[in-house]
Amino acid sequence: MLEQLEGSRAVARAVALCRPEVIPAYPISPQTHIVEALSAMVKAEEIAPCEFVNVESEYAAMSVAIGASATGARTYTATASQGLLYMAEALYNASGLGLPIVMTVANRAIGAPINIWNDHSDSMSQRDSGWLQLYVESNQEAVDTHLLAFRLAEELSLPVMVCMDGFILTHAYERIDLPSQEQVDEFLPAYEPRQVLDPDEPVTIGAMVGPEAFTEVKYLAHVKQLQALETIPELSGELGDVLGRQQDGLLRGYRCEEAETIVVALGSVLGTIEDAVDELRDRGVKVGAVGVKAFRPFPLAAVREALAGAARVVVIEKALALGVGGILSENVQTALPHGAARVHTVIAGLGGRPITTASLVGLLEDAFEERLEQMSFLDLNVELVERELERTRATRRSGPPAENMLRDIGTVAAGPV
Amino acid sequence: MASRPIKFYQVGSHAAGNRLLDPELSSVQADPNRSNSITKGHRACQGCGEALGARYALDAAMRATSGQLIAANATGCLEVFSTPYPESSWQMPWLHSLFANAPSVATGIAAALKVKGRSDVRVIGQGGDGGTVDIGMACLSGMFERNDDVLYICYDNEAYMNTGVQRSGSTPPAARTMTTQAVGAEPGNVFGQGKDMARIAMAHDIPYVATATIADLRDVEAKVERAMELHGARYLHILVTCPLGWSCAAADSIKVARLAKETGLFPVFEAELGHVSAVSKIRRRRPVEEYLKLQGRYSHLFKPNRREDVLAHIQAIADRNIERYGLL
Repeated sequence: MLEQLEGSRAVARAVALCRPEVIPAYPISPQTHIVEALSAMVKAEEIAPCEFVNVESEYAAMSVAIGASATGARTYTATASQGLLYMAEALYNASGLGLPIVMTVANRAIGAPINIWNDHSDSMSQRDSGWLQLYVESNQEAVDTHLLAFRLAEELSLPVMVCMDGFILTHAYERIDLPSQEQVDEFLPAYEPRQVLDPDEPVTIGAMVGPEAFTEVKYLAHVKQLQALETIPELSGELGDVLGRQQDGLLRGYRCEEAETIVVALGSVLGTIEDAVDELRDRGVKVGAVGVKAFRPFPLAAVREALAGAARVVVIEKALALGVGGILSENVQTALPHGAARVHTVIAGLGGRPITTASLVGLLEDAFEERLEQMSFLDLNVELVERELERTRATRRSGPPAENMLRDIGTVAAGPV
Repeated sequence: MASRPIKFYQVGSHAAGNRLLDPELSSVQADPNRSNSITKGHRACQGCGEALGARYALDAAMRATSGQLIAANATGCLEVFSTPYPESSWQMPWLHSLFANAPSVATGIAAALKVKGRSDVRVIGQGGDGGTVDIGMACLSGMFERNDDVLYICYDNEAYMNTGVQRSGSTPPAARTMTTQAVGAEPGNVFGQGKDMARIAMAHDIPYVATATIADLRDVEAKVERAMELHGARYLHILVTCPLGWSCAAADSIKVARLAKETGLFPVFEAELGHVSAVSKIRRRRPVEEYLKLQGRYSHLFKPNRREDVLAHIQAIADRNIERYGLL
């Protein structure tokens, strides 16, 4: 049924359709609207039976999820940014124990400096946590992907993160086609746990493993993740049939035919990238885009195939690996045969900096004219950085850099100059 | 008092024996068909109070729930010595997740059981003092304030024993640990610090809080039994001797625990909904020195010089407990 819905509310409704049984929740922007909506639905018994647990931290949220999932309950929670970091230890535990918890990450920057706006620093920091990570481009995709996530998690007995851009998606009102309960029930059977805490068949879960078997346990976890490279396309096809709309599997190409340059990215920025591609294609430039949906496991073969014809790959990254550069681009490089294409890393959209079509078109024009560096920052205010560097050279006690730069650009309420 | 009025000692003597006891009233451990929740083969040290306390507490809980019990265990000695891969000493469903989150994991188990309509299955969370009063306290407090249907048991051996005897928020004043060494002008742990977790638990007004020691295992069983009669958040704090960390003889494990109570240093009581409802009176009051002398962690109080000032300070703590709880 078509409805005009806020992204968060649409996700909450989709999660509700998946019949979650335990939802531990802790507030953090920009995720809060999701759990607020779920708490109301549980209280009104629109989701039943279900326990909504207001916990005291994200660490507790993931820990409650671990206990609930290990007891055979379908379990969901949502978080973002600092909250994701606060639950980091429990994230590794959930995946290590093979618990199929589904969690929405409303992608947001990590401080310091504190920043509530969107980028991918949070989920990227947990890319090796053993969780599957699916990035969505639109709110419709977010809705559909939550259905996929529960089925995927439970088939593989692994936790799944659905990563959606904070504010850009979570707070955007769009037309959403919500599936019916019948459609969801057809796609998502009741949860049958592989391991469960049951007094009638007592098991020990979480024993200590030493060097004699630790490598093997981790190897199997890796192999299990790689299984998702087959399971995701299969289930996406099945979901597409049930919903009557095409689902992207591991990734999606856009106007890649005969493209000499391909832009690669994750999440909602793909919409803007597609606009830039359209504009350049209208001018006859052979450019396309690839949106990677499954970042963990990383679809090496699919990426290699999608980029096979390109001489130049421009990776737009909403996260920065300090001291190295790109994260997505490093994974893309791994996928490409040596020397197959020149890969450019472009760090963009950090802390909510808008990524405009004009900036992207300009960036790609630089690339076509061989002016684009191997690594660059989109729309970097070089003058602002230079002023702060000059200040640190001139004075030992130059003060906190973030606050200095806010004063330089005259941000309101930046404090005395 | 939850325990039944059974006299295990003949008046005026220390002779044990209760041959005339009604079999119905005998202890859980006296039952050959007990569950043996934590069974033989674990790797605890000789004289380990935690292994003993856990055995009595969990078998009592198993009996109280007719075996319908699930445990969430914090990282620590109990977890490590009971589950070296691929062996497990647990004959009950048992989950170890992390160091700090056992109360939350227990909450999650309880929530799942509620959704599944399994009101017959009960939940225990358990850990050592580090996992309970320090790193796990936020999760524990959250579990308490929500009144989640969990009995949490803290096995308190007064330091981080699993990592090699470091100070915790439960380490008593003057005690030597590897991070409060017996050097300097005031050797050992400082005075005026540490948490009284039982009283913190009481401040949450939860249905049941109790303390116990491994010197009175029938009392441990009775308190677990009482706790399982109630629903909501319940807390049991058991003092468990650690011969390794306390530098006492393994054979003195019970004796030391008994002296902790008999000196007044460890008050044994029960509280319901935030009010003390019963105390275990001191049977034969002993000066703290008798307790301290058995333990190498306090040896710096006696040699090279006897520290009368410190001994008096510790005695004052015991006296204050006796007054606060009416232990005499």
